Amino acid sequence: MQKIGVFVCWCGSNIAATVDVKAVAEAARKVPGVVFSADYQYMCSEAGQGLIKDAIKEHGLTGVVVCSCSPRMHEATFRKAVQAVGLNPYMLEVANIREQCSWVHKDMATATEKAIALMQAAVAKVTLNTPLTAGTTPVTKRALVIGGGIAGMQTALDIADAGYEVDIVEAKPTIGGKMAQLDKTFPTLDCSSCIVTPKMVEVGQHEKIHIYSYSEVTQIKGFVGNFNVTIKRKARYVDEAKCTGCGACTEKCPSRKAPNEFNMGLNNRTAVYIPFAQAVPKVATIDPEYCIKLTKGKCGACAKICEAGAINYEAKDEYIEVEYGAIVAATGFEMIDVSPYDEYAYTQSPDVVTSLEYERLMNAAGPTGGHLLRPSDGKEPKTIVFIQCVGSRESCSSGEMRGKPYCSKVCCMYTAKHAMLTKDHYPDTDIYVFYIDVRTPGKNFDEFYRRAVEQYGVHYIKGAVGKVTPEGGKLKVQASDLILNEQLHIDADMVVLAGAIEPNKSARPLATMLTASMDTNDFFTEAHPKLRPVESPTAGVFLSGMCQGPKDIPETVAQAGAAASKVIGLLAKDHLVGNPCVAHSDEWMCNGCSQCETVCPYGAITYEEKEFRMPDRTTKVRRVAQVNPAVCQGCGACTVTCPSGAMDLNGFSNAEIMAEVDALCR
Amino acid sequence: MKYSYFPGCTLKNKAQELDRYGRDAAAALGIELEELPQWQCCGGVYPLSHDEIAIKLSSVRALAAARDDGTALVTLCSACHNVIKQVNHDMQTDDYVITRVNNYLAEDGIAYNGETRVLHYLELLRDEIGFDEIKQKVAMPLKGQKIGAYYGCLLLRPSGVMAMDDPEHPTIMEDLIAALGAQPVVYAQRNECCGGYLTLEDESIPKKRAAAILENARAQGAETIITACPLCYYNLKKHADGTGVEVKYFTELLARALGVKEGE
Repeated sequence: MQKIGVFVCWCGSNIAATVDVKAVAEAARKVPGVVFSADYQYMCSEAGQGLIKDAIKEHGLTGVVVCSCSPRMHEATFRKAVQAVGLNPYMLEVANIREQCSWVHKDMATATEKAIALMQAAVAKVTLNTPLTAGTTPVTKRALVIGGGIAGMQTALDIADAGYEVDIVEAKPTIGGKMAQLDKTFPTLDCSSCIVTPKMVEVGQHEKIHIYSYSEVTQIKGFVGNFNVTIKRKARYVDEAKCTGCGACTEKCPSRKAPNEFNMGLNNRTAVYIPFAQAVPKVATIDPEYCIKLTKGKCGACAKICEAGAINYEAKDEYIEVEYGAIVAATGFEMIDVSPYDEYAYTQSPDVVTSLEYERLMNAAGPTGGHLLRPSDGKEPKTIVFIQCVGSRESCSSGEMRGKPYCSKVCCMYTAKHAMLTKDHYPDTDIYVFYIDVRTPGKNFDEFYRRAVEQYGVHYIKGAVGKVTPEGGKLKVQASDLILNEQLHIDADMVVLAGAIEPNKSARPLATMLTASMDTNDFFTEAHPKLRPVESPTAGVFLSGMCQGPKDIPETVAQAGAAASKVIGLLAKDHLVGNPCVAHSDEWMCNGCSQCETVCPYGAITYEEKEFRMPDRTTKVRRVAQVNPAVCQGCGACTVTCPSGAMDLNGFSNAEIMAEVDALCR
Repeated sequence: MKYSYFPGCTLKNKAQELDRYGRDAAAALGIELEELPQWQCCGGVYPLSHDEIAIKLSSVRALAAARDDGTALVTLCSACHNVIKQVNHDMQTDDYVITRVNNYLAEDGIAYNGETRVLHYLELLRDEIGFDEIKQKVAMPLKGQKIGAYYGCLLLRPSGVMAMDDPEHPTIMEDLIAALGAQPVVYAQRNECCGGYLTLEDESIPKKRAAAILENARAQGAETIITACPLCYYNLKKHADGTGVEVKYFTELLARALGVKEGE
């Protein structure tokens, strides 16, 4: 027989002004099983906790109910208090008579009646509670960062600086990401390469960081603290250990028609290539699609010239397995394909470019050596039209959305940057920016945009471009000015499209491997939008950078550091104490239907074939559910799904919940 | 293959060529287009007010007749196609319209719930016959001709209902032009409005629109532009003199390439 103690808190006047606390304590004494009750002004205070501890000792209480505020507030406090005097912490229940009772009612009689009902429900539950003990699992002290852009690099550096081993897996031949392709950064106009390439070097040289470039994650098993990850090292046909990055092969290679990804395809590169001069690791890669030796069997020019003997045409993809304690997703973004927006004639004219292409056209290391020349005829453009929100902020009212419903966040600022940089180099250029709204929240951001308008005389027009017609070497832009309510016709030399940002295509399959949740736009979901912004709801998985949502460089770096600190907090532990309130399956009741496995958002449930000794002394192999307690987060989805009632949740068992409901309905 | 065919009023008057060449080409391709025995005007313009029911009735009669015949309904005129396809969509999805229309048509013993499949002639070519098949049957390829497609506004929009092609980045007519052996010319104005019925109100508007379309087509190298719409044809043809661009119905070029254009 349980001996229950009930402790009713006044919370100053928060509860006591609306609930007759003495009446609640008195009512408690009449509930079967309750052997002691008391009320006190602040139960969470030192003295209040002392009251609980003394009563446990004096009356030999086996269960405690505290009628106070939300369990989110002080459940942990009271659990610690009862544990201090030897009671299992899971033998404590909190009845919330503040948020859900005194704060929302005015009439004392009804509020008191409700508080008594809530107390009775908690007593009914605690009577059925059983002591629970949390298990522990060891932690592998190595982190995996997926993506080697500025987000991944910063996260890796911060984790490594704390003394933990970090591996970066990057799909491209070099780390650096999109930031390495940018010309200048807003709002300071400092050179992007000049700040990102030293970071790349730091990552490359850090003794605690290992870079798997030109590699992909193909399988993830395990759980927080104990992930087992398979990494595919794509055949680069160049031995990383031998290649010195001298670049002789790239000069000799006769295949020169491969589109140069680093320059957004604005020029070509050779089949054997180093993406750019500051690449890390600075080793060559052979593009098997364009290599003459690999496609036709003849050539071998690079192997002949390579003094290091690094070229290996026989190379194959390799798979390695590595153990990690934590995984950070930093898969970044890409710009949407703007070709469906053919009203802007992107597919019809080379002079209609995306903002990222424009970035390369402005860049000193770009295809034009930093001279802004239009792609069609290599002439300097005199009139440039920038179109904002191409595919961003689209309405879905018609149900036929081409683009994205969200704001891509960085376009307003980089367009102001493009406009000013262009005006700096070519003051005679006429620049028009068509916008829905100019959105510039951020330190020194609005000042930056206003400089474009006020000092540089960039024509900002609230309105929309309806049509771009390439004709006679010009781009005829037809647009509406929504403020003047006028139709505009501009003969432009170039049109620049600020395409919407979307998560990298690799994010969706990665989320599936991680069993990490995503929103409808394929951005990773955070565990809590405000309070846990860098953690995935899946334990041990953290988020860094654009893969969680559009953000600029400073925000990305801040989030990268935050994700790193969460990883460090995890890796610093030798063992993880689990949450004992996890699901378990009654194997005799389980009918093997797999419904729990389907609904489990964390991938905690698997099925096993097990031998059972039947009552008639025969042996039968049955397929039954198994819960991995280290992965289970105790959400309870499986328990309500299970048709045979085999799934149950420790601490929130079906019997305990029903007892609560029965008490409320009595 | 047999289909019900809805020519529409204009194809019996101003746009007889569009109709005639369309029928000849279909015959050459082994397609039986059976004109509905009784049909009325499609309504002309799809009514934008939701409770405008009477205008939709004639379309529904044609749709119901095709259903009773057990065939898909083929249209040729862009405007008729637009109205009939949108009305059919209403009859599949909009309970208010379905109820009201069927109340009206109960007197004639008609009950219709969007069962008929509506195809534009171009969709017939692409989806039922296939452009590869047409390429095989081309007797006189239009070699060396630079032809621009002119879609206008009605053929593709509203895109969700018409479901024919991407309204901003269409390819169906360019693919047909290529199948006929000619060189398709893509130009930006190909899916802009010709000025439409404004020609009755203020002719300067279609005149301006036609100039923009024809000049753009010419500048991108087109010698001919083709259309499926009698009204576009009228507006463009009227202002084509001196632009160096010929305006033709797509069925005429199809018939010529298939070698069934009379007098050739």
